[in-house]
Amino acid sequence: MVVVMFLVATIVFVISHVIPGDPAAVMLGPSATAADIAALRTRLGLDASLPVQYVQFLNSAIRLRLGESIFLSRSVTQALNERAMLTLQLTVLAAGLATLIGVPIGVLSAVKRGGVLDQVLTAGAMAGASLPSFWIGLTLIEFLAVRLHLLPVAGYGPPDAGMLERLSYLIMPAIALGIPSSALIMRFTRTSMLDVLQEDYVRTARAKGLAPAKVIFKHAFRNARTSVLTVIGLTVAGLLGGAIVTETVFALPGVGNLVVSAVLRRDYPVIQGALLVISGVYVLINLGIDILYAVLDPRVRY
Amino acid sequence: MSDIALLSSPSQPAAPAWRLLRRLIRRRLVLISLFILLIMLVVAVGAPWLAPYSPRKMDIAHRLMAPSAAHWFGTDEFGRDVLSRCMYGAQLSLTVGLLVVIVSLSCGIVLGVVSGYVRQLDGLLMRVTDALMAFPDILLAIALMAALGASLTDVVIALGTVYTPRVARVARGAVLVLRELQFIEAAEALGASSRRVIVVHLLPNLISPLLVQGTFVFAFSILTEAALSFLGAGVPPTSPTWGNMIASAQEYMQNADWLILAPGLCIVLTVLSLQVVGDGLRDALDPRLRRLT
Repeated sequence: MVVVMFLVATIVFVISHVIPGDPAAVMLGPSATAADIAALRTRLGLDASLPVQYVQFLNSAIRLRLGESIFLSRSVTQALNERAMLTLQLTVLAAGLATLIGVPIGVLSAVKRGGVLDQVLTAGAMAGASLPSFWIGLTLIEFLAVRLHLLPVAGYGPPDAGMLERLSYLIMPAIALGIPSSALIMRFTRTSMLDVLQEDYVRTARAKGLAPAKVIFKHAFRNARTSVLTVIGLTVAGLLGGAIVTETVFALPGVGNLVVSAVLRRDYPVIQGALLVISGVYVLINLGIDILYAVLDPRVRY
Repeated sequence: MSDIALLSSPSQPAAPAWRLLRRLIRRRLVLISLFILLIMLVVAVGAPWLAPYSPRKMDIAHRLMAPSAAHWFGTDEFGRDVLSRCMYGAQLSLTVGLLVVIVSLSCGIVLGVVSGYVRQLDGLLMRVTDALMAFPDILLAIALMAALGASLTDVVIALGTVYTPRVARVARGAVLVLRELQFIEAAEALGASSRRVIVVHLLPNLISPLLVQGTFVFAFSILTEAALSFLGAGVPPTSPTWGNMIASAQEYMQNADWLILAPGLCIVLTVLSLQVVGDGLRDALDPRLRRLT
């Protein structure tokens, strides 16, 4: 894990140094004076040699000192901090939704394997995985918010909004973000359930006359859930990425929104910081899932 | 019959193409999907001749017109024909998708084979792919776009970097399995050089898993390209793409929902068809998996 994070940091360093030309000049735009550019170069530490910059970069990355944003007049850590909560809520909500939709449908589809219901659900899942989340988002806005006035169109409510009101702003984004992932989870649940349902012990359980529901949930699903957990972990990466798009659609002031505006304004310190933090979160989540394996499945030992 | 033939001869470079095709079109859904992809391809290649209007020709007098006989998919906020723009969008999406598949497959195969063959490099290469895959697709792509620029080449480089590790993973896995098989061992025992083993025996057997993977990379890169264009981080907005059409339609969708419907349907149909074909290919190439689906 430490090795992976070290490589992640290295990749981030490489990405921010493949910029053709002078990054300081790119950031300040064509109207900048030579003195401004030189000042920014000094501020960003761009005058040092590449190896020195690299060591300095790693050194400050370890201490989560991510530098100053060029446009936001605050440190990158601060900017990320202010917005992390929203993105976290959105991702958790979407992951929960995707799991709640994906897992039961996947189990159902596996149990009714080959039937009409299974075919409809499988086809639906495939369609769900083909929908761009921004398109789902816009369609939801159009129908639920604009035509039916059920939910607020976009944004995150007034600054003094309560928890529940905030939540109403997150429902549509969470659906838009969660649907493609729920399709992935459904397909994976179905496959691993089909695998398990073919095992001898499931046949034995059935043969001794246990109720079908008991066989499915007590016997089969218990063994399928570790692999289902894997795919849920994988979808979190997709959700963190998807949040970038979804937050833009719904004008939510989260990390994703920060990244997009940073990219459009070429605010490289912010891009660097966001890359580091988001991939770090992803690595941590997957570590957490590895630990959960051992809890759920006593056969797994580290 | 043909299943048995395929199973018993692992060294054969999969089934002959026509047999594969026949097995694919036996499934109705796959056939329909192939047909949709064919139409998309024809539309993309033939856009300059098939499109009823120029995708950039503005006609303010006829802006935001609902679909009609003159404009099948209606017109946008500048009076440009949405159908024509969708056709040129298909051209861009399919070009990006195809190039990304070529880039990520060729880099992925090289990395996968090196990783599977040169044990000293395996650990390092796999950690690097781990690290690259620790970034969400879109995040890595958008960050690369910020660093590279905004041309078609930059989009292909960015998406190629995103998807190469995934291909490399699959290729490495397949190489590791194949290396243990007897026909490779036999070839090595007969004194075949590493190069000969790789070119003559290994690569043909990598075709089927990578063909399937390639279809999915194609589908994902179309989705990610659309997201990049939607965010304004893709190719410059002067060339119509499905993503930037949807982005600019946002303001008008209340009165003109065809503006987001048409490009959206293009994305969904193409990506869905690719996924169906990918699944079909996997089933057709690997009969052992079929019992599970």
